[in-house]
Amino acid sequence: MNTQLLLIQVFNGLVNGAFYALLSLGLAVIFGMLRIVNFAHGALYMLGAFTAFALGQALGLGFWPSLVIAPVLVGLLGAVLERTLLSRLYGLEPSYNLLLTFGLTLLTQDLVKQVMLSRFAVSSAPYTPPEALSGVVNLGFVVFPKYRLFVIALSLVICVLTWFVIEKTRVGAVIRASTENPAVTRAFGIDVGRWVTGVFAVGVGLAGLAGVLAAPIYSVEPYMGAELIITTFAVVVIGGLGSILGSVITGFAVGVLAAVGAAIYPPIANTLVFILMAAVLLVRPSGLFGLPEGAR
Amino acid sequence: MTALPRVAARTDRERTTRAAWLAGLGVLLLVLPKLIYPVLALDILAWGLFAVAFDLLFGFSGLLSFGHAAFWGSSAYVTAYLLAHGQSVPVAILGGTLSALLLAVPIAFLSVRSSGIYFSMITLAFAQMVSFLALQWTDVTGGENGLQGFDRPAFLGLDFSNSTTRYYVCLALFALGFAVAWRTVRSPFGRAQQAVRDNEARAQSIGYDPRRFKFTAFLISAALAGLAGSMYTFGHGVVSLEVVNWRTSGEVVMMTLLGGTTTLFGPVIGAGLVLLLRDQLTTANLPVGIVTGVVFVLVVLFFRRGVVGTVQHWTRRK
Repeated sequence: MNTQLLLIQVFNGLVNGAFYALLSLGLAVIFGMLRIVNFAHGALYMLGAFTAFALGQALGLGFWPSLVIAPVLVGLLGAVLERTLLSRLYGLEPSYNLLLTFGLTLLTQDLVKQVMLSRFAVSSAPYTPPEALSGVVNLGFVVFPKYRLFVIALSLVICVLTWFVIEKTRVGAVIRASTENPAVTRAFGIDVGRWVTGVFAVGVGLAGLAGVLAAPIYSVEPYMGAELIITTFAVVVIGGLGSILGSVITGFAVGVLAAVGAAIYPPIANTLVFILMAAVLLVRPSGLFGLPEGAR
Repeated sequence: MTALPRVAARTDRERTTRAAWLAGLGVLLLVLPKLIYPVLALDILAWGLFAVAFDLLFGFSGLLSFGHAAFWGSSAYVTAYLLAHGQSVPVAILGGTLSALLLAVPIAFLSVRSSGIYFSMITLAFAQMVSFLALQWTDVTGGENGLQGFDRPAFLGLDFSNSTTRYYVCLALFALGFAVAWRTVRSPFGRAQQAVRDNEARAQSIGYDPRRFKFTAFLISAALAGLAGSMYTFGHGVVSLEVVNWRTSGEVVMMTLLGGTTTLFGPVIGAGLVLLLRDQLTTANLPVGIVTGVVFVLVVLFFRRGVVGTVQHWTRRK
């Protein structure tokens, strides 16, 4: 394989990695803070893409407004889900959250399918990137679509920003306190319940954002999150459940490895992440960046 | 699962109740093909045993496998492959079941080192590997098209082209599988398994190796899921990628929860209810995913004991 092709694969891998990173970041924030395993993350990602598409169809909104509005709407839906459904399961095993959100996934996918078929008469729709980002850019050694570079860059910015807010700022400290010791935090006059809802909404909003970003690349269809969420779960297991840094690094790394692997031996593309997961688990059952189970 | 009722010491009344459940289920399954069409009845048997297998791990070991489709599906494929290559029905079913058992060895080894939600995600990921394998390995699995049109040669004078005959053959297999689960739960092994589930540290301190119990329970569960998958292929005469899809792994959880975990009868009832509901929805042309999604959510939120669990709860309190 020549260097040119390898570089293109590395870039393609970074694009996929950008989505893995954004999604597993959202999962990590939600699990790390709330101990919720959100199986519906893939469905909410799809909902982000679908909302952007629907806003475009119904109101003529373009990519840029949708990039802001769709994640906010998805985040709001997340807040409602957390308040009305998930909060009923606190104190029970996280398995029940997984099961509830699995049910929500089935529901959301088929609901969107029905809406797309009855309202827009399509089951899958293309979504075009904005004018400013169409075309390609010559990086000197490789020519690459502008939009895809934008996806990589934006994803990186969001990941670093999220990490910074949670690990380094006062807001992050309050969030961590609210989830690690709710009783004491409440004694300081902080409304823990509201913070918990907020964290869930932001985590889910990240999935919505990933969805809007994905729409011009993968096109919009009800089951677009279904396979992706499973790969993301594998990324989360490799990186270490709940580790923000781990999920971002592993997300990008898995994207690149899978793309390069696919260039060498195509059938392996989709399984590589799971083979990797098995290998990592043999050595470190709690994942690369995860703490051993007792310490969590 | 901490919130579930333990298997209490057996009293005479409980023994009678259990015998009544067993007799009731037995009679119901014997007459089932008279009540609904035989292929649906056969589906209930296969999925029912699958759910019992799942319950053996989830209810009695507290391990939520979210990848049980791997065992059900691989066995379904192996059974179909063996039949398509001229093997007899017993060889195909045995082959399918054994393949699920063999597949479970490395998966169980790697996954029982973790617990809780980690375990769920790992089993899910392994099942996804099996699913990709089924998609890619087209020579053996038929890829997107699946395998169909294979023979089910007559055996001991039984004509398997008759769906009622197939049902009763599966009923015998089901009874065998159910008996294995029943014995396992009530054996010293099963007691220890539940002790590990309820308090791992305490079980360990009295000399049990938790990992060994989980490992063995996983293998038994996978083998039974394999037997169920074999029955499914044998019953339908087709296998498609659906058998290894993650939705399948989720569906068996739903059946078990709806019927009631740690009851063994529950999963069978749950499977029956889900399949009957789905059959009704499809006939009425209603969106299956939306309705099953809603049912799933409601069961997790408000009905965690399930049908059989709720009934048992009431009768115990009286």
